[in-house]
Amino acid sequence: MNNALQQYIDLYDESREVLEQQSPALLNNLRREARQALENARLPRKGSEDYEASDLEVVFAHDYGVNVNRLPFEADPAEAFHCDVPNLSTCLYYSSNDAFHSSATAERNIGQVVVAPFSMAAEDYPELMGAYYGKQAHLQDPTVALNLLLVQDGLFIYVPDGVVAERPIQLVNIFNAALDMMVQRRLLIIVGKNAAVKLLTCDHTQSPDYHYLSNQVVEIVAMPGSTVDYYDMEESTPLTRRVSSIYVDQQAGSNVLINGITLTNGFTRNNYHVEVNGEHAETHLLGMTIASGEQHVDSHTFISHNAPRCHSNEMFKYVLNDKAVGAFAGKILVKPDCPRVEAYQGNRNLCSAPTAKMYTKPQLEIYTDDVMCSHGSAVGQLDEEALFYMRTRGIGIDEARRLLMQAFVADVIDGVRLDALKDRLHYLVEKRFAGTLSNCAGCMTACKKS
Amino acid sequence: MLVIKDLQASIEDKQILKGINLTVKPGEVHAIMGPNGSGKSTLSAVLTGNPAYTVTGGSVEFYGKDLLALSPEDRAHEGLFLSFQYPVEIPGVSMVNFMRTALNEKRKYFGQEPLSAADFLKLMREKRAIVQLDNKLASRAVNEGFSGGEKKRNEIFQMAMLEPKLSILDETDSGLDIDALRIVASGVNTLKSKDNATIVITHYQRLLDYIKPDFVHVLYKGRIVMSAGPELALELEEKGYDWIKEQVDSQQ
Repeated sequence: MNNALQQYIDLYDESREVLEQQSPALLNNLRREARQALENARLPRKGSEDYEASDLEVVFAHDYGVNVNRLPFEADPAEAFHCDVPNLSTCLYYSSNDAFHSSATAERNIGQVVVAPFSMAAEDYPELMGAYYGKQAHLQDPTVALNLLLVQDGLFIYVPDGVVAERPIQLVNIFNAALDMMVQRRLLIIVGKNAAVKLLTCDHTQSPDYHYLSNQVVEIVAMPGSTVDYYDMEESTPLTRRVSSIYVDQQAGSNVLINGITLTNGFTRNNYHVEVNGEHAETHLLGMTIASGEQHVDSHTFISHNAPRCHSNEMFKYVLNDKAVGAFAGKILVKPDCPRVEAYQGNRNLCSAPTAKMYTKPQLEIYTDDVMCSHGSAVGQLDEEALFYMRTRGIGIDEARRLLMQAFVADVIDGVRLDALKDRLHYLVEKRFAGTLSNCAGCMTACKKS
Repeated sequence: MLVIKDLQASIEDKQILKGINLTVKPGEVHAIMGPNGSGKSTLSAVLTGNPAYTVTGGSVEFYGKDLLALSPEDRAHEGLFLSFQYPVEIPGVSMVNFMRTALNEKRKYFGQEPLSAADFLKLMREKRAIVQLDNKLASRAVNEGFSGGEKKRNEIFQMAMLEPKLSILDETDSGLDIDALRIVASGVNTLKSKDNATIVITHYQRLLDYIKPDFVHVLYKGRIVMSAGPELALELEEKGYDWIKEQVDSQQ
């Protein structure tokens, strides 16, 4: 039986010295643990538990290049690419393929907020890095272990106690290498007591002709009383694959909102793992997928209520057309002795073509009596009565369908707590449904080439 | 403007309309009455092109065009309007967006430029006043959370915005209190002109006190079995439908 992991393990074994020379000791220490964890590991196949719809063995089996030697890519991504979410007055950072662009390689303090690549953060904030890097990510997950094994850099974002970041921080990740490539992306976000920050990542692919795989891990620490917004948007190409795992440690009274948006992609598996560790914490976990063609979007969520009197609200919506495949598996766990937890989960899906497929699996596991929890999942088509009503007012069938599809996802967008982004998302979704959203909108060079 | 000849229609293989004949001219108000299940709402659904119904025979001409060959949206553009008995709630679609799209689709159909935002809002304000529709309702999602009366007023508001040539009011009086009924009726009367026409579908004489019909038709078992002037509505109010049913059933 094949094992797609083997090629990466072999690569590590061959390149270990090079990798370690280029990386902070902290990353290298975990690398060795990851190597052990991968010893007998296998990537999940389609149909195995929690992978009803996705085959990671196939995703990782492709022969991607890995930029072990840290060869620089020349293009300045800021010049070559304009993200589809401009004008937000964000503090803007770019990564192209696996490297942060110079804008992020110099440590930047925006007010008192620290944004720095790991290489610098390991020197300047060794205690924070040491205390939190890799602490949440599960090595039992082979994709997470693989990320730790090969990662060479990441972005460290630190908001000290009491600091409210004035401007949102935006990270634009771009694939533009002229070869098939796999990258390990990594974020560590530490938000101090009573601090607040809004983050936006946008994953883009500039070259539609190459196979790319982004294997990313994000760790978020929300300290007591903090507020964290994390918007994670993907607009990539049919040949782009993404496996992303987000881990959140929520402490008492923290308020965390995560909104994962997929507008265009190839294969995407998004894992969300939220540990609610302190009382009175509030969690908003939202997701929106619009998929057509052969797009594949699989979301897996786990919210663990480990403390009493917390509130979580989860809603994922999918609109699937053509031969798109969507999957949602969500689990809410309320541990013993966690009274007064309120946890709501919803997954609503529209299949606008009979060839589109949706897999959904809501789960509640509750070990405390005095809680309020609910889950609901539905797959359906557009409301025929509403369509007819609109048509009698002169709205053509295509336009009526678009309006209804936009309306369907509107509440997920309205959950965005950043007005400019909310408006922009409504606009992008409108374009997406109208079929006029293309990567060319933001791409400055690919069009010149063709 | 409207010539219906021997119109027959069915839903799920059940024949509902069994040969309707009706001619409507500009400036006229026609009332269609009849007992429950006689096919009144089916007639309005078939005229507006509801895909749940199948036309099995007959023809409908609207200003010389074959109405049945047009899509529901094109029928609307050509000037046909239906005020729904049960207006549909569309969560997430704002009234403003809904009306602007509807108006601009119509303008596109006639090769006109879209209305500017300022002109559109001005038009909304003007037409809202006709049925005293609150601005708050206009900024909400279509019919979502509207009371029964608000929904019906909203129907007439849309009618005012779209300026149809032929309006079908399908039991617009159902679920309305007296005040709302007056507002709706006065809205309809304000919009009435010598160039447009109205078909009022109703169970009761009450609405016809406010919207005066020129003709009253009785629909029974999928056919128009009796047509007369407005005095017929009064007679029906007094005597009910049984005498007509008996008359028709004995002929069969």
